[in-house]
Amino acid sequence: MHIVVCTKYTPDSEAKMSVDEAGNVSWGDSPLIINPWDEYSVEEALLLRDEYGGTVTVISMGPEEALEALKHAVAMGADEAIRIWDDACEGSDTLATSYVLAKAIEKMGDVDLVLCGKSAIDAQTWQTGVALATRLNYPSLMYTINIAALDPDGGSITVERLLEQGRQVVEAPLPAVVGTIKGINEPRYTSFIGIRKAAKMEYPLWTLEDADADPEKVGPSGSGVRWPEVFEPPVREGEAEIIEGETVEEEAEVLVEKLLAEKVI
Amino acid sequence: MKSDIFVWVEQFEGEAPGASWEAMGAARSLADEHGGDVVACVFGADGLDDLAQEAISYGADKVLVTSDPSLADFRVEPYAALLAQAVRGFEPETVLVAATFRGRELGPALAVKLETGCIADCTELVSEDGQLMATRPIYAGKLMSRCVIPERRPQVFTTRVRAFPKPDPDPGRSGDVVELGPLMGEDEIAVKVAGFRESEGGVSLADASIIVSGGRGVAGPEGYEPLRELAETLKAAIGASRAAVDAGWIPYEHQVGQTGKTVSPDLYIACGISGAIQHLAGMRTSKVIVAINKDPEAPIFKVADYGLVEDLFDAVPALRKALEKKLT
Ligand SMILES: Cc1cc2nc3c(=O)[nH]c(=O)nc-3n(C[C@H](O)[C@H](O)[C@H](O)COP(=O)(O)OP(=O)(O)OC[C@H]3O[C@@H](n4cnc5c(N)ncnc54)[C@H](O)[C@@H]3O)c2cc1C
Ligand SMILES: Nc1ncnc2c1ncn2[C@@H]1O[C@H](COP(=O)(O)O)[C@@H](O)[C@H]1O
Repeated sequence: MHIVVCTKYTPDSEAKMSVDEAGNVSWGDSPLIINPWDEYSVEEALLLRDEYGGTVTVISMGPEEALEALKHAVAMGADEAIRIWDDACEGSDTLATSYVLAKAIEKMGDVDLVLCGKSAIDAQTWQTGVALATRLNYPSLMYTINIAALDPDGGSITVERLLEQGRQVVEAPLPAVVGTIKGINEPRYTSFIGIRKAAKMEYPLWTLEDADADPEKVGPSGSGVRWPEVFEPPVREGEAEIIEGETVEEEAEVLVEKLLAEKVI
Repeated sequence: MKSDIFVWVEQFEGEAPGASWEAMGAARSLADEHGGDVVACVFGADGLDDLAQEAISYGADKVLVTSDPSLADFRVEPYAALLAQAVRGFEPETVLVAATFRGRELGPALAVKLETGCIADCTELVSEDGQLMATRPIYAGKLMSRCVIPERRPQVFTTRVRAFPKPDPDPGRSGDVVELGPLMGEDEIAVKVAGFRESEGGVSLADASIIVSGGRGVAGPEGYEPLRELAETLKAAIGASRAAVDAGWIPYEHQVGQTGKTVSPDLYIACGISGAIQHLAGMRTSKVIVAINKDPEAPIFKVADYGLVEDLFDAVPALRKALEKKLT
């Protein structure tokens, strides 16, 4: 089985984000990491590979920094890692990103399963997985919390999708795009040996030409969305009003009065 | 210039989530300001007449209804194909979809089919120089971004749940209901629904107006009992921090935060939750936040509106008693 995992690099989830005067986003000196949601996809791919055999290829469309995501995936145990980038990719929205990823996957040719994370914690659009599936004309299995059955030879997969009201169980033919969510597994930590392997690994760079992608369909010319401005939201005002009383019962009653006055109960 | 707005009305077992009516309300205000019709799209198996009328009462001028057994359960493949066809036929300027789980699949799939832009999870939509300018949170709400789709039409937006006010339905409104045939036969749809396991009772987090949330301070699965009793009194949903979920005290479905659900209730009561940045990411847009924590230094008090520096096992039952006294 050939499993492709789509990953993205993001600033650490602890990072304090800010916007400078020129309107550029900064994450201070926080490290760049693999998008936390993508760790679930990498882990799931490794578990499936170990059970059914095959290879796991991680791909990321992004500048040099994207190597952080690829390295982490390789340190976890992925077999191959490809970065896809061209200056023309700058400014791509999900319409364009999904186009590039789809082209790369089509070029690989022999893919049985594509895994994506729920969302990237930077722009958090939640769009790329389903957009990619639509581009590839593969079944789209987002919000998968459990792969209940997989039959690589028969070419089918059954997953449980977590929706607001509960779990929808669906079956689909392979190849398919599965979007993972937290709860599907517990991503492993990277080992010392893994980190060494990742440091020595070669990371091929695919240009748009390598992926047979049309430069007109990426970057601003291939995108629908522009984001002219990023700003820091107003902070929530100050400290909480601490309610004090003789007894906890008294405090509770004061709180109820306050909540009634706020008209939230 | 045509400036009609399509709104996809989601349904599960014949019922629409509040978020679809919030999207309808947003569409109605835009249409009232700039002209054009609000057109609701309702897909399902049967019994959609009531839903179509409901859509009109919430602001639709016209409702496109497609009933077919293949549309009983949401599947992005037939739903997106159908919506794309309707869009091609009616050429609306804008498509709004509530950013529920299903809506977050449908919006981008539709956009790819139409080679257009989709702006996800909008918290505000205003028109500026003849363009719809959207505001949306990024980096877990640490920053906000303003986005626009300058050229391609239609433009697709998903509206964040509870970010737009739900309008009051007006049963006196009238509108046209138009039936459209299905597009794909069951044998053309690759994904098959094999079942649905509804999660056990309770109010769903996403559209709850009150959430009672417990963290490591609840100290075990049984620690949620007083929270559940309080939630019952308040008709609230139960939330949790990742620490409690990771400890196995409560299922992941309840997790609030960066790697859980993003919620925006009127009232969020955080019990035994310290207020880590990743937790705050999921609930900081709540209207009123109450923190119950025995540590007065807990960072949660920095974002809360009201705080009780108490042991939650005393404060939560006391709060329930005080509420019962007041509300009955
Ligand atoms: C990539 C990443 C993603 C994450 N995503 C999430 C997420 O989605 N959601 C999330 O919640 N966390 C998330 N976290 C984890 C987060 O960093 C914190 O570890 C977690 O939120 C802490 O949970 P807590 O507040 O329940 O526990 P703690 O931080 O241990 O706090 C427990 C609090 O309970 C109080 N307490 C204890 N006993 C009582 C009592 N009897 N009465 C009253 N108060 C009491 C204590 O004073 C303390 O303040 C993420 C972390 C990372 C790295
Ligand atoms: N540039 C990219 N390269 C590879 N995969 C990506 C990229 N952007 C997004 N993805 C994948 O799509 C998922 C959802 O991202 P998003 O739609 O940006 O929230 C991520 O978890 C990744 O699996």
